[in-house]
Amino acid sequence: MTTAPAKAGWRFRQPSVIPGFGLTLGFSLAYLTLIILIPLSGLVWRSAALGWADFWAIATDRRTINALEISFGTAFIAAAVNVVFGTIVAWVLVRYNFPGRRIVDAMVDLPFALPTAVAGIALTTLYAPNGWLGSLLAPLGIKVAYTPLGIVIALIFIGLPFVVRTVQPIMEEIDKEVEEVAATLGANRFQTIARVLLPGLAPAIVTGFALAFARGVGEYGSVIFIAGNLPYKSEIAPLLIVIRLEEYNYAAATAIAAIMLALSFVMLLVINLVQTWSRKRYG
Amino acid sequence: MTNPHFRKLLGALVAASVQFGTLGFAFADTTILNVSYDPTRELYKQFDEAFVAHWKAETGETVTVQQSHGGSGAQARAVIDGLDADVVTLALEGDINAIVSKSKKINPDWRTKFENNSAPYTSTIVFLVRKGNPKGIHDWGDLVKDDVQVITPNPKTSGGARWNYLAAWAYANAKDGGDEAKTKEFVGNLYGHVPVLDTGARGATVTFAQKGLGDVLLAWENEAYLALDEFGADNFDIVYPPTSILAEPPVAVVDANVDAKGTRKVAEAYLSYLYSKEGQTLIAKNHYRPSKPDLVPAEDLAKLPEIKLITIDDPLFGGWKKAQPYHFGDGGIFDQIYKPAQ
Amino acid sequence: MADPEIKSYAPHHESQSAAVTESRPAKAVLMIVTFAFLGIFLLLPLIVVFNEAFAKGLSAYTEALTNPDTRSAIHLTLLVAAISVPLNVVFGISAAWAIAKFEFKGKAFLTTLIDLPFSVSPVISGLVYVLLFGAQGLLGAWLKAHGIVILFAVPGIVLATIFVTFPFVARELIPLMQEQGNGDEEAALSLGANGWQAFWYVTLPNVKWGLLYGVLLCNARAMGEFGAVSVVSGHIRGLTNTMPLHVEILYNEYNAAAAFAVASLLAGLALVTLVLKTLLEMRYGAELAATRGH
Repeated sequence: MTTAPAKAGWRFRQPSVIPGFGLTLGFSLAYLTLIILIPLSGLVWRSAALGWADFWAIATDRRTINALEISFGTAFIAAAVNVVFGTIVAWVLVRYNFPGRRIVDAMVDLPFALPTAVAGIALTTLYAPNGWLGSLLAPLGIKVAYTPLGIVIALIFIGLPFVVRTVQPIMEEIDKEVEEVAATLGANRFQTIARVLLPGLAPAIVTGFALAFARGVGEYGSVIFIAGNLPYKSEIAPLLIVIRLEEYNYAAATAIAAIMLALSFVMLLVINLVQTWSRKRYG
Repeated sequence: MTNPHFRKLLGALVAASVQFGTLGFAFADTTILNVSYDPTRELYKQFDEAFVAHWKAETGETVTVQQSHGGSGAQARAVIDGLDADVVTLALEGDINAIVSKSKKINPDWRTKFENNSAPYTSTIVFLVRKGNPKGIHDWGDLVKDDVQVITPNPKTSGGARWNYLAAWAYANAKDGGDEAKTKEFVGNLYGHVPVLDTGARGATVTFAQKGLGDVLLAWENEAYLALDEFGADNFDIVYPPTSILAEPPVAVVDANVDAKGTRKVAEAYLSYLYSKEGQTLIAKNHYRPSKPDLVPAEDLAKLPEIKLITIDDPLFGGWKKAQPYHFGDGGIFDQIYKPAQ
Repeated sequence: MADPEIKSYAPHHESQSAAVTESRPAKAVLMIVTFAFLGIFLLLPLIVVFNEAFAKGLSAYTEALTNPDTRSAIHLTLLVAAISVPLNVVFGISAAWAIAKFEFKGKAFLTTLIDLPFSVSPVISGLVYVLLFGAQGLLGAWLKAHGIVILFAVPGIVLATIFVTFPFVARELIPLMQEQGNGDEEAALSLGANGWQAFWYVTLPNVKWGLLYGVLLCNARAMGEFGAVSVVSGHIRGLTNTMPLHVEILYNEYNAAAAFAVASLLAGLALVTLVLKTLLEMRYGAELAATRGH
């Protein structure tokens, strides 16, 4: 890598005067293995025991595919909405000074701290046909609670801080001189934002999107209250896992879980790649 | 500097955790766990108190009854996975049979252990409609009118929902003279009118009564009366369809668990007490149909009218062992008719 | 990695020239959009919780909270958090030490693994323990034979909670310790301190606010977890119901006021978490800046 001379053979770690490597890495790996890896490999093992044909039959079952589509589709829309509004919120918080800015800034983290079940019943109460917002929307023919739109609303709530908190620190580090230079070179404000600022923010925005998306795909607590839970229409993949489990259909529950697990691992890798890439490029 | 300050804080955190740790739970002499389905919360709340007093008077022992409620299928799954139930009181035989076959924790002859095939009460499925019945719903056929929205839970996870489904099936079968293709079409059409498919009967009632969704709720008779009690009789009406189904929610001792814990005696006494005068009266007061109505004061029975009820053992269904896989199994009739409505 | 040179954190809110800020109307539109969006999506749900909680009056509220089942749900939630948070703190510090202080092969992969629980559905986090410890599971028969109860009891709930809160502390500490580099510790060691002393007197004071920040988030999630705990709990009233599960149960008992009363406690906890977090950021903003954004 950087300086290690190519000695005979392969070196696991770079030399360092700091002690405790063996202890901390050993403990971390043991704990990680015990809590995360063994249980997860149990899942993989159980779904592998299914055999390819059974696994494929479950994976391509219409209901499984629809549930995955709903989970990924609503999470995608919600993350996209959060990218737009989350970036605006971050911009307002970073650039504008107004009374109560601290409070608004703190509030953005509410979805991190509020239990998802609480969010679920609150949103349902709010958007049910007899709720505060639901009763306003009902005359317009817009139904939110018990429709896929309700899922999107819940996932917007869950995902917002991921976008804001990823974009915000990068915005804070933007060097004002760049904007000044752009302005003196004749760019108007819109051009400066679109051509100069946004490209610099893009990696952060993509990371925020991916984090909100990943979280939304797996979300359960807030969604089950507000979604109608109709198979094929508003049934999310995590709920389908629970339903399969409740039907004693361990094979299907395990297989769907394994598919979701693989997808979330892929998403994490993508997030890390984007971060590494942007660190190299902009860091 | 801030270092000692911070360490004091850490110390306080540790002290707090130790304190929480010692908040143990006080256990009584004997504890039994009743794993039940959704709508029985109120019944068993009252019944458990009565039983605890009865057991104390009878034996001098203090017993604590713990309750767990959820969708009937979900609860059976938890027992199969190791939830340490002493007794199960579920919505239908099929769920107890699942425990028998998948975990062997209940002996296969469980239905012979208590009277009336181990069903201390029966119930049926009725319609709960908005006050004044604005959509004019009187029979199963009215449920598929164009502008009617029906609330019923998912038959795959809810016991009550399976009874709903079977009652609709029985109606359509009689109407179409036993033509299964037409019956399937009717029931499929019915589920096309369902905007929300909750996982349990209780969730469906909340959706209908509290969230104001749908025109009619297919509900357990007791659940419908409970909704009247909870949300006011001026909001809803109960409609008895001309025919419905005789639901027999069964009870069983979980043999493997009580033998391991040494609680068989009290668990059996607990279930037997359901058949006593006190038990049957509480059952009737909670709007279930007692299996021994002669033990119950007449005024508690007056609310439960006679309607034509078809049973699961009718040749149409052939008992739970046949009906469960045929209708609700993987790829069964329900899976066939419940198709994406695109 | 970035060299350990210290960046200056100049405040960004000094006067701005017209060329580098938006026009007044544009500014107004952006502010309105922000307030409307946050108001509808964040503030309203919070108001609903407290509004519904007190819908039946104060006495109904206190009654709901002093109910024995509610109290045991609160005890259980505190107990679960008191076990799982310290364990994850120890892990977080240890993992951050190994990852931030050393260069070794597979570090990126290890970091990804630590992040994994963030993107695993909570339902799956519960399911894996059912598959492992359930009566039909891989270890079910063995556990049964030895009389060990994990599933549908406190150990199962604690395990599921540890799983979902696993990355919080580590994720706060790793970037912070990477940013700070090894210089301070190396100095301490060259002055004769041993490893523990270097950690206790140098590293810990340096990262304490980041650590506390991680503990706050970890604790909020531990007390609020629903999906994973729901799968492994068994829902025994007064015994294995945590506060979020108890909220669902009360909600399903037509007892919306009581459900929201318990929910309001959890929301209160969330608000306290946010206030503490904001206070930390105000006083130690520079130290924490590196850890912002997960």
